[in-house]
Amino acid sequence: MAEYETEPLKCWQKAKELRLKYYKDYQDARDKGGLRWTGGAWSFDAIPAGLGHDVHNITGEPYGASLAFDKKLSMECLEAAEAKGWARDLCSYMRNYWGSMYLEKFAFGGEYPEPDFCFQDHICCSHAKWYQHVAEYKKVPYFCIDVSVGPYKDLDESRLMFVVNQMHESIEWLEKVTGRKYQDELLIEAVENETRSTSAWAEICCLNMAKPAPLDEKSMYSLYVHGTLAKHSKEIADFYEELRDEVKYRVDNNIAAVPDERCRLMSDTQPPWGFLKVFRYLEKFGAISIGSLYTFGLIGIWETKPDGTWGPRTTPMQKGETITSRDQALRILADWNLSKPEWQHFYDPNLKTEMMLQIVRQWQLDGVMLHLNRGCEGLSCGIMENRLGIAEAGVPVMTFEGNMGDEREFDEKRVMTRIDSFMETLGMEMLESSVSS
Amino acid sequence: MLTAGIDMGSKFIKTLVLKDGMVLGKAIVPTGFEPSASASKCLEQAASEAEVDISSIDHITSTGAGRKAASEANTDITDVGAAAKGVAELIPEARTVIDVGAEDGRGIKTEADGKVVDFAVNEKCAAGAGAFAEAMSRALEVTLEEFGNLSLKSDKTIPMNAQCAVFAESEVVSLVHAKTPKEDIARAVHDAIASRVVSMVRRVGINESVALVGGLSHNPGFVDAINRGLETQVVIPDNPEFVGALGAAIVAGERNK
Repeated sequence: MAEYETEPLKCWQKAKELRLKYYKDYQDARDKGGLRWTGGAWSFDAIPAGLGHDVHNITGEPYGASLAFDKKLSMECLEAAEAKGWARDLCSYMRNYWGSMYLEKFAFGGEYPEPDFCFQDHICCSHAKWYQHVAEYKKVPYFCIDVSVGPYKDLDESRLMFVVNQMHESIEWLEKVTGRKYQDELLIEAVENETRSTSAWAEICCLNMAKPAPLDEKSMYSLYVHGTLAKHSKEIADFYEELRDEVKYRVDNNIAAVPDERCRLMSDTQPPWGFLKVFRYLEKFGAISIGSLYTFGLIGIWETKPDGTWGPRTTPMQKGETITSRDQALRILADWNLSKPEWQHFYDPNLKTEMMLQIVRQWQLDGVMLHLNRGCEGLSCGIMENRLGIAEAGVPVMTFEGNMGDEREFDEKRVMTRIDSFMETLGMEMLESSVSS
Repeated sequence: MLTAGIDMGSKFIKTLVLKDGMVLGKAIVPTGFEPSASASKCLEQAASEAEVDISSIDHITSTGAGRKAASEANTDITDVGAAAKGVAELIPEARTVIDVGAEDGRGIKTEADGKVVDFAVNEKCAAGAGAFAEAMSRALEVTLEEFGNLSLKSDKTIPMNAQCAVFAESEVVSLVHAKTPKEDIARAVHDAIASRVVSMVRRVGINESVALVGGLSHNPGFVDAINRGLETQVVIPDNPEFVGALGAAIVAGERNK
């Protein structure tokens, strides 16, 4: 008899439809007279939104993850990238994306829909080069904003303006390369939506402090993705608020993600997308991964509350601010994104360790699983320092090697054995129901 | 109570039969291509040495890379858990366990009762495991036993830079071509293996005393290298390759209660 009741998320179907609509909108944009652009999940997508409601984007990382989930297509893409001479230790999302472009195969059917322009920012070295190559290969214009101004705690006016000034320049560039007149009211609307969606996502993650947790990380991957696709869109902001209300309902009614929850963990970095069964395997021990700094902070925007806890960042609208100008919108957008948790460790791994330990304490976790992700230099940067810091804090921690987008670098049996060992150290035995199944 | 532990290693299977804490019999057989059949054979041999009937064994626990393939086992435990448990029985004061077998190396931080606090295991890499020493002894055309002893005759440190067993082998070939004495090459190889193991063990922290178990503990060249690398003298129990099987047999006893 399971400890808690569980049930599927009611908005699961809507989540799927929204994701597919996003890719379809991108694919069909040109046929409808609109524009297509590509860039990363961290790009300032609210800025091109000022070109019109018929402008659609495709973000590279979630697209790379979609390819990785389709092992056969992913292998074709990776081999196509390697055939061009790219090294296997480059970002595996990037290699999957490039392979899809070389092969002219779109993961959602048809040919790779080429963009009209590339719009990116970079804090990770792969990010800038990724779309530089796309732009050169597809002969389309490219703009990139450098956001490496240091950690948010050290942000000052000059650092902020370094980013804001590039944003202003990017708008002039967008008008020039698209021939469209920029609409500030659409930018303001997009900035409002982005602050709303990314704060709502953080609120959803906070609800996972509940025991039993209403969401497991494997399911969260299918939900956080919307923020990585179009965090500036009204549809996504509205969806996250609807999801938040449903998750609240689950908490209020003790509806669990894992009906036998008895051990709470968190992971780190992107998972090996072709092997999400890792998370189902944990459930055989009654263990749940409640999320990670990655799922919480890749797109979720947070702040430290007066009582020292971590919570969703207060939006300008919640503060009663009204955005009335382009400059104000861009300043808010820059400041908002520079506070992104997943940007901080690029400057100092200790900043990440502190955030991880905050999650461990606040979400009442029993251990941490770190994915030594060979596919992402950016998010794996300093991860062994994090391991050390977490272990020194007395928190059980395990590591496993893998690759988010290249299944050739994941040894399933070895990883499962590693999990067995970790479960033993936590004193967890496989549930009776799992042993017999 | 009669229990048995089967350690399904990647190269050898080790089985040990235990009665109320006393070892009655043990056996070791090559794993081969039929691990399940080899495990049965190994268990039969150990039972025969112990002069007991397999059916009279109260509980059998398997461990090792192929632990799920031991059809006679009632339960299983991971290599990490078994090594820690076995060392706690033989060297109770040990708080760090280094276990190096044919394909895996692991560092384990333990508490008094053999409870695992932290562990690190080598990834998909043979450069810090016994298979590497074996391959290098073949490259030098000496037996594994000769290879271990040879390196004790050298006092020269030749760094091997490759992080991969395959490229390390090409470095060995270069040393051979440069007419480097075999004993210096043997020491360089053992230093390279030890350096990878030491680095892994340092991840979990080194607390005295340090126990070294697993098949590679029989290699004096490796033991010398690891002592120098850790700047301490590791403690090696008798029959170090059977420690995992012993740990599994002890766990079998705990689980049968």
